[in-house]
Amino acid sequence: MMATETKMVSMVVMGESFRVPEGSTIMSALEYSGFQLTTGVGCREGYCGACGTLYREHGDYKLKGGLACQTVVSDGMHIAQIPFVPADKPSYDLEELTPDEDSFKKIYPEIFRCVACNTCTKICPQDIQVMDYIQCIMRGDIATAADLSFDCLRCGLCALRCPAELVQYNAATLARRLYGRYLAKPAVRLDRMVEDIKAGKYDEEIESLKTMEHEELKDRYYKREVRTK
Amino acid sequence: MSVLYFPGCTLKNKAENFDQSFVSSMAGLGVDMKELDRWNCCGTVFSMASDDLMSQLAPIRNLLRAEQQGADALLAPCSMCYNTLARAKHFVAQEPDRLEKLHSFMYKEQGDYKGAVDVVHPLAYLRDSIGFDLVAKKVSRPLEGLKLGAYYGCLLTRPSIVSIDDPQKPEVMDKLINALGAESVYFEQRTECCGSYQTLTNLAVVANRTNMIIRSARTSGAQALVTSCPLCAYNLDQMQREARKHHSDLSPMPVFYFTELMALALGQDWKSEWTELHEVDPAGLLKEHGLD
Repeated sequence: MMATETKMVSMVVMGESFRVPEGSTIMSALEYSGFQLTTGVGCREGYCGACGTLYREHGDYKLKGGLACQTVVSDGMHIAQIPFVPADKPSYDLEELTPDEDSFKKIYPEIFRCVACNTCTKICPQDIQVMDYIQCIMRGDIATAADLSFDCLRCGLCALRCPAELVQYNAATLARRLYGRYLAKPAVRLDRMVEDIKAGKYDEEIESLKTMEHEELKDRYYKREVRTK
Repeated sequence: MSVLYFPGCTLKNKAENFDQSFVSSMAGLGVDMKELDRWNCCGTVFSMASDDLMSQLAPIRNLLRAEQQGADALLAPCSMCYNTLARAKHFVAQEPDRLEKLHSFMYKEQGDYKGAVDVVHPLAYLRDSIGFDLVAKKVSRPLEGLKLGAYYGCLLTRPSIVSIDDPQKPEVMDKLINALGAESVYFEQRTECCGSYQTLTNLAVVANRTNMIIRSARTSGAQALVTSCPLCAYNLDQMQREARKHHSDLSPMPVFYFTELMALALGQDWKSEWTELHEVDPAGLLKEHGLD
């Protein structure tokens, strides 16, 4: 039987050209080309946001962003991985804050420099309406900001592209924390569960899981009951 | 005519009384009005640099979204928002190149801005689309005995290209005041600048202007000022305390948004939360006239 020939495409990594199999993700193409990824790589499933990458496609002036593990290489694509985004990380006490725009004036005052250019939204690999949630924060609508930013993986591409130099994803994290602390409906079942755990209701079960054989544990995991509602 | 409402950021926090009283007044007048979905900051201060297209993205996107949501008119009660949006509309209409550049930048906005939606200040809308006669007919609680000074400031009437009235002799707010059953009082400083953003860095400038404007209104017999601008309201109301440091004999004068008075006259109750957003408590004046 003849082996099917894999079609190859070219990919340019920081100026150097490589031939990689068509249909590869940027991440698998990098590894195919011999790069050993020690940073800018994480879950490989599009959940962790560690592999933010900037790229331009052949014949297109637009600078695009994506996750290396989720973005398929196109022929002639130029890429640069962004393994880390420098950003200050202020510490704050949620108990001393209020769920409104005043908290952001104290902690992330630069977000009020937003000119609503929408560059952040254009680059977001998660298709989040980034500028919209910043605008919601600016007017004190923290609940909508938390909702709109919910799928954020903190890859940081928005912050790198912002002409006003905001760190959008950090502000979004604060919005979701404030939402959880002050605005979300109390999760009654969760409270009950925590009480049960504290009262030792699950101690015995946890202990048995700790000492369980690997195969049985696996079996139990796959047969577990999943409640959807 | 499909009418959408552009609140702007301040009406959603520091001027919630303006937002709530505007929405309830328009409902009281039977206007079918919805808030623009997914609005962003108006752009705040209109950029005077003719090549500063970045500053036009915010207002033009608002107008684009208003068009996409089927609006004929976008009502902006905040004077600053009105001024910025209306001037941006005019700015891109002047030279097609400007809009073309903005469009090529906004390639993810799903459609181009056509310039079809009108930016309308509610005072002009009341005058031109509803009519003050009809407003007067809807008044169930006339503001009898109240003597009010309409303070226009700068942004409603300048520059002339976006002016909602005669820049030298505006009367639209006076007509509304009279339609609501109160008495409008002419005073000399009604179109003077309140000091604007000097309030952030140069308190003395604003304190002096506040003193000057309030004295002018009081000398002419006004018991309170009426405005449509949250920045003017801040400088004229909140800054009275600062003004008193320099002019100790300045006695307090309440400052209303025109919509608060409209809501009252249309029979709605004054909300205690609104009082909290006023520095000079208007409760005494309202009680005196049986409007509490």
